[in-house]
Amino acid sequence: MALSETSIDPQLYLVEQTRWRPAEIVFWLATLLPYLLFPNYLSLASQIAIAALFALSLDLILGYAGIVSLGHAAFFGIGAYTAGLLSKYGWGEPLSGLVVAAFAAGVVGYATSFVICRFRHLALIMLTLGFGLLLAELANSLGWLTGGMDGLQGIHTWKLLGTFPFDLYGRAAYAYALAVLFVLFLFTRRLIHSPFGLSLRGIRENFVRMPAIGAPSRAHIRTIYTIAACIAGVAGALLAQTTETVSLDSLGFERSAEVVVILVLGGAGRLYGGLVGATIYLIARDQFSGIVPQYWYFWIGILLVAVVIFLPNGILGGLAQFTARWSRK
Amino acid sequence: MSAPALATRGLAKSFGSLVVARDIEIELPKGVRYALIGPNGAGKTTLINLMTGMLQPGAGRIFLDDSDITALPPEQRVRRGLVRTYQINSLFPHLTALESITLAVCERTRAARIWWRQLNAYPHEIDEAHDILVALKLGSACHRLTREMAYGQQRLLEIALALATRPKVLLLDEPAAGVPREESQELFAAIAGLSSDITVLFIEHDMELVFRFASRIIVMVGGRVLMQGAPHEIANDPQVRAVYLGNTPAKILHGPRHG
Ligand SMILES: Nc1ncnc2c1ncn2[C@@H]1O[C@H](COP(=O)(O)OP(=O)(O)O)[C@@H](O)[C@H]1O
Ligand SMILES: [Mg+2]
Repeated sequence: MALSETSIDPQLYLVEQTRWRPAEIVFWLATLLPYLLFPNYLSLASQIAIAALFALSLDLILGYAGIVSLGHAAFFGIGAYTAGLLSKYGWGEPLSGLVVAAFAAGVVGYATSFVICRFRHLALIMLTLGFGLLLAELANSLGWLTGGMDGLQGIHTWKLLGTFPFDLYGRAAYAYALAVLFVLFLFTRRLIHSPFGLSLRGIRENFVRMPAIGAPSRAHIRTIYTIAACIAGVAGALLAQTTETVSLDSLGFERSAEVVVILVLGGAGRLYGGLVGATIYLIARDQFSGIVPQYWYFWIGILLVAVVIFLPNGILGGLAQFTARWSRK
Repeated sequence: MSAPALATRGLAKSFGSLVVARDIEIELPKGVRYALIGPNGAGKTTLINLMTGMLQPGAGRIFLDDSDITALPPEQRVRRGLVRTYQINSLFPHLTALESITLAVCERTRAARIWWRQLNAYPHEIDEAHDILVALKLGSACHRLTREMAYGQQRLLEIALALATRPKVLLLDEPAAGVPREESQELFAAIAGLSSDITVLFIEHDMELVFRFASRIIVMVGGRVLMQGAPHEIANDPQVRAVYLGNTPAKILHGPRHG
């Protein structure tokens, strides 16, 4: 990232940071491959896109602002139940469903952000964990609304843009999930290259110094926590709309833990970490659980330990280090 | 006479039974270069923490430009022009020098709230950050990651961060700590070259630098202000000599110590 050349004009340098790299273009073209090469795996591809969006939202708070959350599934679940309930009670239009879900998750995110912004480190982990458990239990006990253990039934998602039905093969579903992921990725990419994005990195790098340069860190944290909640809510809504069901595990602890694993696997604070992590994690799970389902956690455990030991900055971090070393030779 | 840039009234602080600030009364007139001296553990850093709001005082009040800022949180004191640097580097290791200073400038201009426009829409902020770095002779290191910069450059970056907030009162906590002697001369030359609108208080142990760059000196011992005055008054005060300067004030005043 940092250039050793000293003569680069400061303006140009920052413009250069925001320029699209060839690898990025290749990455996004590759997201279309499932249509050509794996038409039988389109529903897996949708799940990957949804998990990637969820991980992207976590990257904003964990990777960029250094806010560790073990309860991020709360917002995913709120989005899923909001979109699901909306559809069950008569409004199955998908795009407006996303907007309402984002709003619902954002409101809860904003409300909780006032507590979140006051804590760091271990306290924050416990706080987000507790909040996540609280919400999961609430959804469980409100069985008349959420369907409890049986999950929310009776969701019907209308045609996309009033024209494209959600088919059995998941063609429309993947196009939908991918398009939403891409749009929100563009949004996120812009955000992290904004002055606000620079402040988030400042908070991650040195929380204590921020007030000494006049930065309202707590206000910054409230903003990003709310935005991340909205995006997580959209991811949850996508899952509800494309699978036409919502279960309690959409906001359970396991989903919160899984998204952290996905992000750490891919590389936190690198924008593409969640996307790469989700792809590898879900494909690996699909392959392994096809062989011996009960050993899945064994393999993911090994994968996680290996990545943390050998690639402390995730797969993308390792890749960046490798290319840096290679280009220096 | 105009109001002092910064003043404290009866400032006090204890950590348990250890009293680290005791009835501190200080007035910094506008534009003056002050040195704060005293042995290790005298409470100098604590005084800066109290004035900038990083610590809450047990008693007393703090005035900036005659308005009481005792209740303000640190970032709002910075916004009003009361800014400090750290004795031990407190920087952003994985940001480049330019990114760090741009961050501080954007916080000042409130561009830092904007998340829907990219940084390249803020050429004035970036230029200003670059100018600050160039003025402190860090222009050639501006694209280097902070953690990869030489230690002396990091000390300068500490000051650059503070300057980016456009301080009215600048509190420098041992700006030359750990810097080789030749470099610390340059560093103090840079401080001396700051706009005379900025009131500067610096903590420094090297008496030659203190007497060369300060127009007034405050001596602290054991959480108490022992004396304040012009350099020659301090140098000739028997009490100060006894507790702090040792017995060689003339030498300090009139020639380099390590000669
Ligand atoms: N947070 C703290 N808790 C307890 N004691 C402290 C704390 N900070 C400083 N002290 C003590 O207060 C005294 C003054 O410290 P300090 O202000 O750092 O001195 P100086 O900067 O003059 O060397 C020292 O004895 C130090 O150990
Ligand atoms: Mg000190």
